[in-house]
Amino acid sequence: MADDGDAKKDRIDRFIDQNLKRVFSDLESDEMPDQIIDLLAVLRAQDTEMKDKNE
Amino acid sequence: MSDLDPKDELVTHLPALRAFALSLTRNRATADDMMQDAVLKAWSNMDKFQPGTNMRAWLFTILRNNYYSSRRKLNREVADVDNAFSDTLSVKPDHDGRLQMMDFRAAFEQLADEHREALILVGASGFSYDDAAQMCGVATGTMKSRVNRARAKLTEILQLDSNDALELTDAATVAVVGSPNLPS
Repeated sequence: MADDGDAKKDRIDRFIDQNLKRVFSDLESDEMPDQIIDLLAVLRAQDTEMKDKNE
Repeated sequence: MSDLDPKDELVTHLPALRAFALSLTRNRATADDMMQDAVLKAWSNMDKFQPGTNMRAWLFTILRNNYYSSRRKLNREVADVDNAFSDTLSVKPDHDGRLQMMDFRAAFEQLADEHREALILVGASGFSYDDAAQMCGVATGTMKSRVNRARAKLTEILQLDSNDALELTDAATVAVVGSPNLPS
């Protein structure tokens, strides 16, 4: 009986993890917000400016 | 070890960082703010990142610390949830499978912060218990316990331990997920 219980728990745990991976993967494919894209552009521009000053 | 410039590598982790932020905050605006702060902090502290270590873990740690710190500062016990997590659905067929997936997301949203975090780190992102524990500043045993309790809570909410629940849910989820590897 304990084996049956363990097997069932393993099955439930696998089910949960597979759903979690699916949900996380869906969220990863969500469009990147403009504020992050804009922030990266500003940070890269600052780095370039800094590099130019130091050369 | 990655040959990428660390700042270029950072960009490759942003989709996962955003998924983590949405999972943790359950609020799109808060997730975006947390992510912006984390990116800014990581970018300006890149010299503190140790090459050869796990950058994703480093970024997730910055974001979660920032999130809990801001929650404490605002003295907010209850998060402002806008269902960003359960509303973020990719296009799926409109049948029972879609409902099942929404059920799963809705159930996940009900979990406590520390339980959602533990499941996302270990169950979805594949971090080891040791790494996840280090990221959250707790002992490995505590992290294992959080994951177990989170799974138990989801099992309870979704009634997965009833005799036929998993068979029905499996069938519906196979239709959505299209995975041939669900447990039988």
